[in-house]
Amino acid sequence: MASIELHSVGKSYGDHPVLEGVDLNIDDGEFIVLVGPSGCGKSTLLRMIAGLEDITSGTLAIDGQRVNDLKPKDRDIAMVFQSYALYPHMSVAENMSYSLRLRRKSKEVIDAAVGSASQKLGLDPYLARRPKALSGGQRQRVAMGRAIVRKPKAFLFDEPLSNLDARLREQMRAEIKRMHAELGATSVYVTHDQIEAMTLASRIVAMNAGSVQQIGSPLELYDRPANLFVAGFIGSPGMNFLEGRLSQSNGVSEIVLSNGIQVSLGRHVARADGEMVTLGIRPEHVVAASSGTGVEAQVELVEPTGLGVILHLVVHGESFKLFSTDRMLMQAQGAIHVTLPQSRLHVFDKDGVRISEDDV
Amino acid sequence: MTGKLIGTIAHRGAILVYIAFALFPLFWLLKVSVTPNDLLYSEGVRLWPSRSTFDHYHFVIENSAFPTFFKNSLIVASSTAFAVTVFSSLAGYALSRFRFRGKYVIIALMLITQMFPLVMLVAPIFKMLSPLGLTNSLTGLVIVYTAFNVPFATFLMQSFFDGIPKDLEEAAMIDGASRFTAFRQIILPLTLPGIAATLGFVFTAAWSELLFALMLISGNASATFPVGLLTFVSKFSVDFGQMMAAGVMALIPACLFFLLIQRYLVQGLTAGAVKG
Amino acid sequence: MSYHQVAGTRTGGKRPLRRFADAAEPWFYSAPVLVLIIAVMLVPLLLGLSYAFRDIQLLNPFSGGFVGLKHLKALSQDAAFYRALKNTLWWTGASVFLQFFFGLILALLLDKPFAGRGIAQALVFLPWAVPTFLAGLNWAWLFNPVIGPLPHWMVSLGLLSAPNNILADPQLAMWGPIIANVWWGIPFFAITLLAALQAIPRDLYEAAAIDGANPLQRFISITLPFLAPTIAITILLRTVWIANFADLIVVMTNGGPADRTQIVASYIFTQAFRRLDFGYASAIALVLLVLLLAYSMLIVVIRQRLIEKD
Ligand SMILES: Nc1ncnc2c1ncn2[C@@H]1O[C@H](COP(=O)(O)OP(=O)(O)OP(=O)(O)O)[C@@H](O)[C@H]1O
Ligand SMILES: [Mg+2]
Repeated sequence: MASIELHSVGKSYGDHPVLEGVDLNIDDGEFIVLVGPSGCGKSTLLRMIAGLEDITSGTLAIDGQRVNDLKPKDRDIAMVFQSYALYPHMSVAENMSYSLRLRRKSKEVIDAAVGSASQKLGLDPYLARRPKALSGGQRQRVAMGRAIVRKPKAFLFDEPLSNLDARLREQMRAEIKRMHAELGATSVYVTHDQIEAMTLASRIVAMNAGSVQQIGSPLELYDRPANLFVAGFIGSPGMNFLEGRLSQSNGVSEIVLSNGIQVSLGRHVARADGEMVTLGIRPEHVVAASSGTGVEAQVELVEPTGLGVILHLVVHGESFKLFSTDRMLMQAQGAIHVTLPQSRLHVFDKDGVRISEDDV
Repeated sequence: MTGKLIGTIAHRGAILVYIAFALFPLFWLLKVSVTPNDLLYSEGVRLWPSRSTFDHYHFVIENSAFPTFFKNSLIVASSTAFAVTVFSSLAGYALSRFRFRGKYVIIALMLITQMFPLVMLVAPIFKMLSPLGLTNSLTGLVIVYTAFNVPFATFLMQSFFDGIPKDLEEAAMIDGASRFTAFRQIILPLTLPGIAATLGFVFTAAWSELLFALMLISGNASATFPVGLLTFVSKFSVDFGQMMAAGVMALIPACLFFLLIQRYLVQGLTAGAVKG
Repeated sequence: MSYHQVAGTRTGGKRPLRRFADAAEPWFYSAPVLVLIIAVMLVPLLLGLSYAFRDIQLLNPFSGGFVGLKHLKALSQDAAFYRALKNTLWWTGASVFLQFFFGLILALLLDKPFAGRGIAQALVFLPWAVPTFLAGLNWAWLFNPVIGPLPHWMVSLGLLSAPNNILADPQLAMWGPIIANVWWGIPFFAITLLAALQAIPRDLYEAAAIDGANPLQRFISITLPFLAPTIAITILLRTVWIANFADLIVVMTNGGPADRTQIVASYIFTQAFRRLDFGYASAIALVLLVLLLAYSMLIVVIRQRLIEKD
């Protein structure tokens, strides 16, 4: 197992930069999840670690050793592809043992490794089959098996579960988590799935347009998003953003929204009076209150999700969402009252950067 | 539903007409080759002679250099097919997988070779090969045929490689293979249809080539089938039965090869066409 | 940040040797092909172009000197060459049109699934595998009234007044190689067009059918526009190829009777092979090359115009 360090790593295709100044230190045994919108460079970053793409600038080190120039085969890293990339002309056993056969391991070693991996993944009955004769979930397992047989320094996953149905994805997610706990292997995992990111990661790397936006534990990203991008990207349904102007009065800051409503932050924010800011609050933190408190909101749309309900609300022309597990709200119509708990408010300055709570 | 039925009948009928048109000349070749000489003229337009014989085949095999021609053509066509397939797999792979400066130069060079009249090369190639002792030699023919067929074969192979996901060799390289090992062990086995198509295509082309063989080869010892057949035709131009027997024998290897590989060929051209 | 980078590695820090090895890799794969086409096709091409300005007689050891534009001048006076040029147009135009027309119909027929399609396809494509010289001989024999049925059938159909060999008839001779060429070349068009047809998304037809388009309207509004790029490129390549294609003519008529079937490509071959006058043959080849290049450019430009219009 190994640590992976990236120092101001960049990548461009011709003159077109796709990754810029990526700094990331992955400790031995960590499970790093890369998230970000499509095209932001997650796969590219992963493939650079694997050695499938050249590194345009910066340094990549594995176990403290600079590996920019190393071919993929000499990096001792395993990767699970979104398409699984199983060799169609080899049986399951041959697929899993290919890397060991390339390293000219003895037959006993190979048999033992394939045997234990296939047992772990429940692939024993399929060892002689070709990938064509497997279901999607079984193929996914073979791809995992191919990665684990040779005990590599690190695992890379590029959206490994995105071709599975929801049920199977859930099951495999748990299995990956269990396997990581067992093997303790350094892993880098790309996904679009919020839940996968939250449940698997020891740290999440949120990326946008080729640069890292925030690195932190899942809860850090959820509770204290570093900027508007991360705030909007993490969490579903996405965070509500309301634009306003800061107004300071005797030590307590208030935000005057564009529709005139004033929201007290209950604390002091060290920014100039009158500065433009963005107020953020997650739909699940908006509270439906009994009439008489908070502000009155018009219910535009009700979306039941099973677990709860999403209300689309409008207050004086400003629209936002509320999520609640209170089933009573499914009958909501006309006007309801809502409050925005102060402890749940996020404030971002005019550049979209979070104004930290300790920033007094 | 009679409209639909008529449509179906017309469709099958049209297909049959095409099949008849495609096969009739070959059928006639076969028919004359088994017609005894004395019936040749009296039963000129009959579809099958009242009596058939293999005498013409016997004569051709025993009294001419056809076995030699056959052997020469077989050597030339299979060596060419083999060489072209090896070279064009390598180059087709490079065109399919690498982005490199000069790629478009290579493509342009290969396109140029498809544009000009090959007859134009007859004279210079003769002049170039004769000091090397490669005229009147099968090796010379193989070299020339290989070069002529390599551009198209490369494009064909490229379209097959393009159809194989890049992920596969990337997975192999991560598994510990060098690029060349991944190419040999993972990509090539998956390209077998493409290889078959290329082999068949080139074999047929080399088996059929006439002009350069005429120009570069003199004398029976290293003549290929087309040259031999043509000399035979001009020498025995009255004995149709024998000529056609020779023709049928020239036809067999090419047709066998074609029937074996034709569905791969269609598949290869399909892949190419879909892409372009 | 306090890590230190190796000096001078701002651009990814690749070592020169690795950089070179990476850049060279594709060239290793393409080297054999490159060497072959340069040595056996492009160098001879340049040599051939130079022959057009030299006196090259194969059996004459004293030949080889530069003669400037002598061959080209002689060519401009050569009535046989102009006739060959006219014949080339006729040969190429008729062959390409008929191959395309029948090839398209065949492709449309084969695009429909039916029992036995695989076999039917193999059989109708078979002529393509027939060696061209043999195709030539085969059709020459079919046109021969002594041995072939065609003259007799044509008389019965009223196409001919007597069962003569059309290959010996100056008025009709060109039809012989053209028919052989069409027979041999239909499969090529059919295969290419079939491939393009099968790439058309089926749901387009279904959508059009639901919109109430009849089969002809569907063909014109969906099939043709989809096939157009394939048709354009195939016809361009095929035209050039057929203009250069001398085998059938050499075998069937050898340019005769009275040069009525001599095309430029077979004329080059006659000059080089029968007269051994390589210089003059190369001059003709040069002119043919220029004409074909001009034609290709024209097509490419027209196509570009059409695309820009859209
Ligand atoms: N070979 C290439 N040439 C030029 N640009 C490329 C190439 N490969 C990728 N890119 C660009 O690099 C950017 C990052 O691509 P990448 O595949 O890493 O995105 P991603 O974050 O993995 O997206 P997704 O979530 O959709 O998989 C994209 O804008 C893409 O267009
Ligand atoms: Mg990706």
